[in-house]
Amino acid sequence: MSHIINRREFLKRLGIGAGITGLALTGCKRPAENLARDNSASKDIPTDKMTYRINPKTGEKVSILGYGCMRWPNKEDDSDEIDQEAVNRLVDTAIAHGVNYFDTSPAYCRGKSEHVTGIALSRHPRDSYFIATKMSNFAPQTWSRDASIAIYRNSLKELRTDHIDYMLLHAIGGGEDAMKVFNSRFIDNGILDFLVAEREAGRIRNLGFSYHGDIAVFDWALANHDKYKWDFVQIQLNYLDWKHAKELNPRNTDGEYLYGELEKRGIPAVIMEPLLGGRLSNVPDHIAARLKQREPENSVASWAFRYAGTHPDVLTVLSGMTYMEHLEDNLRTYSPLKPLNEDEIQFLYDTADLMVQYPTVACNDCKYCMPCPYGIDIPAILLHYNKCVNQGNVAESTQSPNYAEARRAFLVGYDRSVPKLRQASHCIGCNQCSPHCPQSIDIPKELHRIDRYVEDLKQETLS
Amino acid sequence: MLKNIRRISAVIFFLLITLLFLDFTGSIQRWFGWMAKIQFLPALLALNIGVLAFLVVMTLLLGRVYCSVICPLGVMQDGFGWIGRKVRKNRYGYSRPLNILRYVMLGLMAVAIIAGIGSFVALLAPYSAYGRIAQTLLAPVWQWGNNLLASWAESHESYAFYSVDVWLRSGVTLAVAATTLIVLGILAYRNGRTYCNTVCPVGTLLGFLARFSWLRPVIDSGKCNSCGLCARNCKAACIDSKAHKIDYSRCVTCFDCIGKCHKGAISYTFRRSLQDETEGVADASRRQFLTVSGLIASATLLKAEEKTVDGGLATITDKKIPERKTKIVPPGALSIANLESHCTACQLCVAACPNGVLRPSTQLDSLMQPESSYERGYCRPECTRCSEVCPAGAIRPITRAEKSSVQIGHAVWVKANCIPLTDGVECGNCARHCPSGAITMVASDAADVNSPKIPVVNTERCIGCGACENLCPARPFSAIYVEGHERHRII
Repeated sequence: MSHIINRREFLKRLGIGAGITGLALTGCKRPAENLARDNSASKDIPTDKMTYRINPKTGEKVSILGYGCMRWPNKEDDSDEIDQEAVNRLVDTAIAHGVNYFDTSPAYCRGKSEHVTGIALSRHPRDSYFIATKMSNFAPQTWSRDASIAIYRNSLKELRTDHIDYMLLHAIGGGEDAMKVFNSRFIDNGILDFLVAEREAGRIRNLGFSYHGDIAVFDWALANHDKYKWDFVQIQLNYLDWKHAKELNPRNTDGEYLYGELEKRGIPAVIMEPLLGGRLSNVPDHIAARLKQREPENSVASWAFRYAGTHPDVLTVLSGMTYMEHLEDNLRTYSPLKPLNEDEIQFLYDTADLMVQYPTVACNDCKYCMPCPYGIDIPAILLHYNKCVNQGNVAESTQSPNYAEARRAFLVGYDRSVPKLRQASHCIGCNQCSPHCPQSIDIPKELHRIDRYVEDLKQETLS
Repeated sequence: MLKNIRRISAVIFFLLITLLFLDFTGSIQRWFGWMAKIQFLPALLALNIGVLAFLVVMTLLLGRVYCSVICPLGVMQDGFGWIGRKVRKNRYGYSRPLNILRYVMLGLMAVAIIAGIGSFVALLAPYSAYGRIAQTLLAPVWQWGNNLLASWAESHESYAFYSVDVWLRSGVTLAVAATTLIVLGILAYRNGRTYCNTVCPVGTLLGFLARFSWLRPVIDSGKCNSCGLCARNCKAACIDSKAHKIDYSRCVTCFDCIGKCHKGAISYTFRRSLQDETEGVADASRRQFLTVSGLIASATLLKAEEKTVDGGLATITDKKIPERKTKIVPPGALSIANLESHCTACQLCVAACPNGVLRPSTQLDSLMQPESSYERGYCRPECTRCSEVCPAGAIRPITRAEKSSVQIGHAVWVKANCIPLTDGVECGNCARHCPSGAITMVASDAADVNSPKIPVVNTERCIGCGACENLCPARPFSAIYVEGHERHRII
């Protein structure tokens, strides 16, 4: 593992580091000048080459890259506040490069996403972008007609607009008894009829739904397509889920089926989780090498975005871009999109076969499970675990050749990634989180498994 | 030459002993843990005969080398004295011994040891006084420095350093340590080894032996011109240059005088005859001394809200210390009485505890001696650090296997706080983490198998490690906490 250095090496670097800090501080902006300018990362991104797809109903051109507003950056001071300045910059850059689809929700970013997104977008002409938001009435206290309508009205206010371009029923198919939850959220209270009426009134221009979980709800919704006339549907699609969704999680459905059902009915698909919350970019070393070998100048992530965009009935591919580098990389991939050929697609499916052999937890860091009422930082624990799996730092036994380094990397990294009081040992198994998980992860089970592993490492009782 | 040997070895001892208190990884302890174990009072309390014999023989041969090399508090005072002499040269002078004070302090110490007044012993023990300074005043600085390195390492994906919690374990101990440092610092800055030759019981005890030491600095009255330079540079104020005499009970064999003498009149040499120096008062003080040291020897022989949005972290209330009827002391301590009668409150165990369990007591009768509490962590099954480091036999060495069967307390359930009953959710975190399987979850209503499950403790199997208390989700007071046992039992 190239990241692990021994103490002597560390001290050596420390000495060198101390010696050159002064140099580095003044020199940190300079290396770009010294590098060859044909490096793909430093190439200027064209502003007029974005690939667009046509919405069959309205005929409007939607950029193939859609901005997911679920992962806005926080301020650097570690506070819980979103960095509005950074968001403005990201939105400006995106729009300047032809992105025109922004997807948010009243639930995102601890409920602050719509507000922040609204501020950033309102600095641009309203007809230069499309807003997508959702009816996120998950909590039973918001199932009443009045409470749900209040959520909708608040979305209009926060987004500083009088109409929503793309309105979604948020994450149908979730919950223990998904059909019952769906009925409570949208049918019994008449909210779906209300939203259909709003579409007729023009305040909603396109109506659709996003789906995770129980396939019965998806099938029911499409069976009633004639009644509700879905203008679009948001599904999870990526080269891992295309055929392996069930293996990763028995409650999930292969992307192949979901997309096929939409294609049959001519409903455009909006793609979410094209990168599985970074799991398709933060991959085990040899998988990264395999992808890079084939396209040395393109990022690992670019494969996933090209894969999602290659499907012709995809309207837009959402990416929750936290950092400018994410945005730039995706703009590069999609300006314009070079669709994958059959050979390349097969190459990705073969890669997926290799990936599923790694026992990572299917967490995409969407934070729907949060906040845990008992203070556990669920995604941070699962991401740390996945990171260690990918880096080969989950030792199977004390006899493993790298046991000592792997143990240290796992335990030291664990305390760094997750404060002690928010670690898996404090999970009481109340299971309030699992119903919210779009990936249907049995969260307490995974946390208890990881906690047992941590105990085995600490007590050195691994078999 | 002699002075340089003394200085170099003193600095080595001082730095390594200091590191014993600073190093939280346990690696210094592995190699240099013996440096704490050869400290006089801890060795006496641990009845470590080998070490005591070695120290006695060493003092009888060489004088109070212990005070100028091995004792970290002595070396620390030499540091202040060195600064004092930089500021003003030749600042010391001869003074008469305050033997009454010295023997009274020694006597009080003996009484305190016999009576088991741990806090008094702790207050006077020189090594422990230094330990408190290192642990409460230096360790936080060390740890903050480490945490800086750890964050640097983190940004470089290195696991070479990991960060540790820095927290105030006891304000009283901090105050005592700071006071000790200030008072001793000023005394040493102005007058050198005042503390060692008036208050310190170890100094008095070794001073008595040093009277008879085989090697000692001797003034050759033939060469001496009575300039008094040696006396003005004697940190122990023990050279009566007019009478060409040195009070060996106070001399800490620092060899400063030998180098200062222009005439080469002072040399470190063999005792000429017993009669020469030990006439007069010595007989009386010897008798005094033998009584108190006899006393000391016999003394030691006797002895949750509904979510509507995604993300964010729920705030976590800090745990508070429950009111325990009996305090908890770590496994290896054998009993509260054993710990209190042996512990010199040097804080080495507190410094070594990686789980935030041990902290100095604030109770008057066991002031600054360690006790356990579980708000920050619990006494983890794989850890026996405190038992490895204790130099005084207050916490005896135990193995992991032994620890798993030592019952230091037992868990008590507090119905009013238990989450399944208050929040109506499934829990069982105590049972899941109990290392001895002493907790079983049972239906709270015996007639209804579906009623919320609550923990029941099989106190016979409970070892009192505090995993349940620490990991209980109820805050600030846990729904299960540990009551200490006066005497530890093997289960």
